[in-house]
Amino acid sequence: MSIKSKKITSQSKPAAKENKVKLYEARKKIFPKDVKGKYRRFKWIWMILTLGAFAITPWLRWDRGPYASDQLLLIDIANRRFFFASIEIWPQEFYYVTGMLIMAGIGLFLTTSVVGRAWCGFSCPQTVWTDLFMLVENKVEGDRNARIRLEKGPWTVEKIFKVGLKYFIWLIISVLTGAIFTLYFADAPQLARDLISLQAPPIAYITIAILTATTFTFAGFMREQICIYMCPWPRIQGTMLDEDSLIVTYNDWRGEPRSKHAKRQKRAGIMVGDCIDCEACVHVCPTGIDIREGPQLECITCALCIDACDNVMEKIGLEKGLISYSTLKDYAYNLELTSAKNESEKQKTIPTHHASHNELMLGKSIIPTKARDPKSGKLYDKFRHTSWRNFFRPRPIIYFTVWGVIGLVMLVAVALRNPLDINVLHDRNPLYTVLSNGDVRNGYNIKILNMVPEKQKVELSIEGLKNATMELVGKNGIEYETIMLDLVPDAVTPIRLYVRADPDNLDSVRTDFNFVVVDNYNERSARARSFFEIPEK
Amino acid sequence: MSEKKEIDEISGTETTGHEWDGIKELNTPLPRWWLWIFYGTVIWAIGYMIAMPSIPLINGAYKGVLGFSSRANVVSDIEAAKAAQSEFITKIKETEVADIVADEELARFARAGGESAFKVNCSQCHGSGAQGSYGYPNLNDDEWIWGGTIDDIYNIITNGARYDANEDTLISEMPAFGADELLEPDEIKAVANYVASISGGEADSALAKNGAEIYADNCAACHGDSGEGVAVLGGPPLNNAIWLYEGGVDAITEQINQPKHGVMPAWNDKLDDVTIKQLAVYVYSLGGGQ
Repeated sequence: MSIKSKKITSQSKPAAKENKVKLYEARKKIFPKDVKGKYRRFKWIWMILTLGAFAITPWLRWDRGPYASDQLLLIDIANRRFFFASIEIWPQEFYYVTGMLIMAGIGLFLTTSVVGRAWCGFSCPQTVWTDLFMLVENKVEGDRNARIRLEKGPWTVEKIFKVGLKYFIWLIISVLTGAIFTLYFADAPQLARDLISLQAPPIAYITIAILTATTFTFAGFMREQICIYMCPWPRIQGTMLDEDSLIVTYNDWRGEPRSKHAKRQKRAGIMVGDCIDCEACVHVCPTGIDIREGPQLECITCALCIDACDNVMEKIGLEKGLISYSTLKDYAYNLELTSAKNESEKQKTIPTHHASHNELMLGKSIIPTKARDPKSGKLYDKFRHTSWRNFFRPRPIIYFTVWGVIGLVMLVAVALRNPLDINVLHDRNPLYTVLSNGDVRNGYNIKILNMVPEKQKVELSIEGLKNATMELVGKNGIEYETIMLDLVPDAVTPIRLYVRADPDNLDSVRTDFNFVVVDNYNERSARARSFFEIPEK
Repeated sequence: MSEKKEIDEISGTETTGHEWDGIKELNTPLPRWWLWIFYGTVIWAIGYMIAMPSIPLINGAYKGVLGFSSRANVVSDIEAAKAAQSEFITKIKETEVADIVADEELARFARAGGESAFKVNCSQCHGSGAQGSYGYPNLNDDEWIWGGTIDDIYNIITNGARYDANEDTLISEMPAFGADELLEPDEIKAVANYVASISGGEADSALAKNGAEIYADNCAACHGDSGEGVAVLGGPPLNNAIWLYEGGVDAITEQINQPKHGVMPAWNDKLDDVTIKQLAVYVYSLGGGQ
């Protein structure tokens, strides 16, 4: 029908112009309504915790002595060090970071398989900052209706003031976001002073400028467009959801047939579903969708529509949970209970509103009397609801096990990490030097890594090479059995030395042996394998 | 192009009119911000072309408004590096070479500089690891024909050996005992066996015994009484396993008959004093310096 009517109108010229596909689709501005409820409260608390952690962490201190920063968490790019509490990571230990990223990834799989897109709905910075910006918008310009009025109205002094104030507060938040971010990469109190007195390095200001711009545009204007068009994660998460994952669900098995005039129709003896089509769920949605159309990519499962609908249900005296966190399995089970079984049953009901996205609903008719006892007016008990048993499925358990094993391995690796290490590089050219008395000498470049911010005294010796002695570059002619070394705190101490041995004591052209470095004070040691090369006899 | 607009039934979106196996392509418009970014990149590209060297011309290329040039950047980088090194360079210039070795920090700088100068100027003969080869001395070992102190090394790099163009060059020339008939072939054979024996190599002990006296008469003046070498005269030690022109009776015989003499160029006319000092420190640090 609609196609036909459009065909007719396309013959007249102005209508044809109207029908022409534009080069672009302008974003339809969304005016989410404020809502109260348990999920909204949780989101506020969670926002305070996440933003608070972001803002406070760089200021926390951790004493590491005079040779390293006292910042609890510091990503020191210039010196290539990562500090977190007692953990210090050097660049070659980046596998710890890899491990943490793998854990974060599997943690997301775990979360998604249990509670669906909880990351998107509650923890993603895009969501948190958008929420914060919307809060500002709400406080400055008023709620949904006031904002729509303001948007449509002319540019009065009041409008200029309100919009200007909103942008100003957004800008302050954006600048603070960028500034706090930079504090993770340098000593926070010092950098904060430098930033304010304009003494900070240009890169800090550039970072702040970039983050200010992205925060301002992403959280202020792009909002849900980031999630829908730019972010790959919703699409990946979509594939990780299964019929047991919790998703925000419109329970049309009790909501349909929806009616704006439920009371009147009930009086007239027409049975309708619980949905009174008030659109409260649509008005609060930050991505501007209608959850009643079924699961969809745009839904970040922020659960605000649950709050909105529950409030309405409470007012009209029906059970909460018309929109709820539910699994597809439970939903399909309940749907089967209340849908019409055959044509004759179908005839008795008024037509059900069919959401185009929901395949399970296609062609089905809901019979409200199957959902609600006409006498008591209560929902039957036979329906399935979300239960904690849902968490104990093989999939989450496997994810959790993998996550836990990696976590344990990482913990053990960090606990057993040796902060003393030695790397040896045998000279390639020449491989050996024959000396006048017949001894053979090999050259080595040795690097001793002292990965603690303290000076250390260590002993370097060789192990497994008969009657060998060492010589230091620049101290020709002095032979050492062991070399005492002062290690630079939190740095690599390079040392070049020669090992000298009598080839008559050696059996083969190449003899493997170890360099051993011992820190007697801390009872640490490290060894590195190398070789001693002599000419063929 | 069909005149009629085709509207997809389910989505209500216009199609492009293309169809593959019953699948039609929707003509969904782009988000506006996407288009803005696209235009932004076009504008950026034009600005970039104006600002930076971008258009190849017949003679060279368009230079760009900003005058960026990676070649100029390299030049300024090199100048900056030179400026950063100037403190050490002046210090080396003013310091005696022996004192550079004693100063740990200065010695480290000099070694690094010497190593890179060695790779450019010296590695052709002495090898990139200074390991030498037939006719070119190994600089890692502890045998020094002209002495192995830091001053000796500095001197030979500066003035060379047997390098006629330099007045102060080190000169020694072993007589051609065979070719000039200073010794009989039998005597040469005997002395060659003697030399091979004191170096720890294989030799006929009877011949070697005869050779000892001939050695004392003809060779000891330059090579030392027991073959330990005389550095001031450029007489190489013969009592060890290190040979410039190979050990063994045959090679020694050949060298006594008609000696080969290598030439070390004087570098004072090619390299500045600072570089030579750095080279000396580097060679001294290779492990054989005395």
